[in-house]
Parts: sequence; C-alpha cells; structure tokens
Amino acid sequence: MKGALTPQAAAELIPDGASLMVGGFMAVGTPARLIEAIVARRPRNLTLICNDAATPGKGVGKLISAGLISRLIASHIGLNPEMQAKMISGEVECELVPQGTLVERIRAGGMGLGGVLTPTGLGTEVEEGKQIVEVQGRRFLVETPLKADFALLGAWQADYVGNLRYLLTAHNFNPVMALAGATVIAEADSIVPVGVIPPDAVKTPGVLVDHLLIRPGL
Amino acid sequence: MDAKEIIARRVAREIHPGMLVNLGIGLPSMVANYVPASLGVFFQAENGVIGLGARPPEGMENLSLTDAGGGFVTAAPGAASIDSAMSFGLIRGGHLDMTVLGGLQVDEAGRLANWKVPGKMVPGMGGAMDLVTGAARVVVAMQHAARGESKIVRSCSLPLTSLRRVDLVVTELAVIAPTEAGLVLRERAPGVSLEEIRAATEAALILDGDVPEMILA
Repeated sequence: MKGALTPQAAAELIPDGASLMVGGFMAVGTPARLIEAIVARRPRNLTLICNDAATPGKGVGKLISAGLISRLIASHIGLNPEMQAKMISGEVECELVPQGTLVERIRAGGMGLGGVLTPTGLGTEVEEGKQIVEVQGRRFLVETPLKADFALLGAWQADYVGNLRYLLTAHNFNPVMALAGATVIAEADSIVPVGVIPPDAVKTPGVLVDHLLIRPGL
Repeated sequence: MDAKEIIARRVAREIHPGMLVNLGIGLPSMVANYVPASLGVFFQAENGVIGLGARPPEGMENLSLTDAGGGFVTAAPGAASIDSAMSFGLIRGGHLDMTVLGGLQVDEAGRLANWKVPGKMVPGMGGAMDLVTGAARVVVAMQHAARGESKIVRSCSLPLTSLRRVDLVVTELAVIAPTEAGLVLRERAPGVSLEEIRAATEAALILDGDVPEMILA
C-alpha cells in the first residue's frame, strides 16, 4: 500500500481510454467519492466492468450519465433507462454477461487462470462465437478471463496497510475485483489502526491494495 | 384476490422446511410473504446474503443491506453475508434447492425466455441464466398472458434463458408441469374451468388424470 490519496489525486491517475472494474451491486458497495471525483475530472472513452449499470445518477450510473463510458461489460442494465438508450443508439458498446460468469471471468483474470468452463449460457445467445468443450461427459462454454487497468473498490473498513473488510451485501464483486486490477484503489467508510480488523476478518489483504482514499470529510 | 397474489400464494406451497430458495425480483419476491418463519427456510439474494429478512423499521435501514432489486431488507437469524463468487457458486454448483423466477414465455419443451425482447427491452440476464442452469428446482411464477397474448407458447420466440426444462409453471389460471412428453396441466385456479385455461393457452396442454383446484397458502 502506497498511502492515502485525495479523491482528486486518485482520479488523476485514470487516463482517457482506461479500463475500470468498479465494485458494487445497484451502487451498494460502490466507491462513491471516487466516482464523484472521476466525473469531475472527465476522462473519456473508458471501459467499465461492473455488475450492473445502477440507476441514472447513482453509483456507476454517474459515469454513464456523464458520457465517460464507451464500452460496458455488465450483467444487468434494466434499471438504468439511460444506459439502455445509449446501448440501442450505439453510443456505448455493451456486452451483457451472465452474472455468475462475469464474476468468474474476473476471478480467472485475477487468479492467473486461462478462463472458465461454465454450463451457463449453453444453447442461448451467450454461446455465440464461443468454444464448447466436453469434460467428464458434460458440455461447457469456454469463457475468457477479464482484467482491467484499475479496480475501484468500496469497503467498510480499511487499516493502515490496506487490509479491507466489507459489510453485509456490500461485498459483492469487490473482493474478486481486488485481484484483477493492475492498480487497485480502495475507498473505505472508515480507516482504522492496524489490528482493529482481525486477521480472520480481512477479505482483501492489503498487499493487493495500491492506494486508499483519505478518510471521508477531509 | 388479484392474479399476483394467487400466484404468490400457490408458489409458497412449493417451499418446504429447511430449503435454500432464491426469489427473483418483482412478483416472485411476493412469495416470501406467504412462507411462515416457522418453516426455517433460508432465502438467498444473489447480491450476497443467505437469510434475507423482512423490511427493516422505517428510518433504521442499513445502506449496505439490500436485496437484489436494491430494496432495503434485514437479515434473519443465522444469516451469512457472502461475495458474488460464493453467491453464484451456490447457484451454479447445485447448492440452491429452488429458484422462483418471472417469465416472458415458457414453451412446450419447458424452456424459459425471460431476459430480452429484441429491439424493445434489453435489461440483461443478470443472474437468471445461472439460476435456471444451476438450481435444483426451477419454478416460473408469471401471469398467464400479457396484452392478451398467451405466455405459454408452442416454441419461444424470444431469446432463451437456458435449454434446461423448468420444473413448474404457476400462473393465476393454472399449475403446469413441463415433462418430457410436454406440458401437463396439474391444477386450475379456484373457479377456473379447463376450457378457460385451454382458451388462454397457445401451447398444447396434456391432461393426465384429475385437475384439482389449487390450494393456496
């Protein structure tokens, strides 16, 4: 862990054309202050990898509303009519991926695997253009790994070495994305001294985290 | 009793003590209202909780505790919070006893379409493809028709969610069991005749013995 950055300084690390994995499910567990700072800096042509498109003006919905995203990889955009319109008009290229496949593709990317074999999507539109293999008599789709330039995480607590702990349904994609971003930036609701998060409660070890955001309110 | 309540009350009777059940957003989530806490059922929400509880008291919501539709919930005794890899491991890995999903179409092969209306509505499949592929039992809870058109069709015209044959379809008119031979009509809603069900259904229905009235929870 390299230290704590202001949201503005963190946003400045993100150039035009970068790919971002952003934690969260319907904006729960999404790093809100970091998203605000990125919207203010306005990098363009970003690729966003996220479970869903949230709603307009919430979570990653802010990045979409601001026109910063040119490509989206997600499982669900149904609660963001703005994103649906941008997909239909062609303004944002959108790849829809089954949710369980999306998280496993990210896990494969972060854990050094060459992909995932899954039965999900066989015989549907999801199968199109993909390799099918048979293992022990069962058919599987070959799904490729996903990585990104940045993983932006939302956590409940962080300690001084970057260990992270999550609350309730705010885990979602965060612990998995922590391995799949070349640069990992985490925003926590509070930063606590080392030892407050017991080793057994650490879900993302600090060795994976490059930068923390400074505490809220500064 | 309106159509949705009939469906939710009938589906509730499919849920047995000790099951792990995933309820989709919308109509399927109403099923929980008719499952007594004494059954010891765990509801999973795929965003990351096993042991979903009722709505919290007004003003006491936790911003980090929601269901898959983003609504505020509580956690039942014995609940566990999990990440998305674990959540879908439970689903895809066959650890989920039952899923209840909404539908746009079910066809004579028992195949479900519920994630896309090309050119009109493309919400994305979310967790639906994994749920239909991996759950031990798949129950579709949907209204029998939409804008006058039967949703139980000969062959799905909308993109499929999975090739897997679903286990049961519950509508406000009927309970239908997809089988290898086709769609078997199992039950009719209170006061609804076989002729009314046939007239409202595009697909062929197989009669296999009595078709009693539904018993509702």
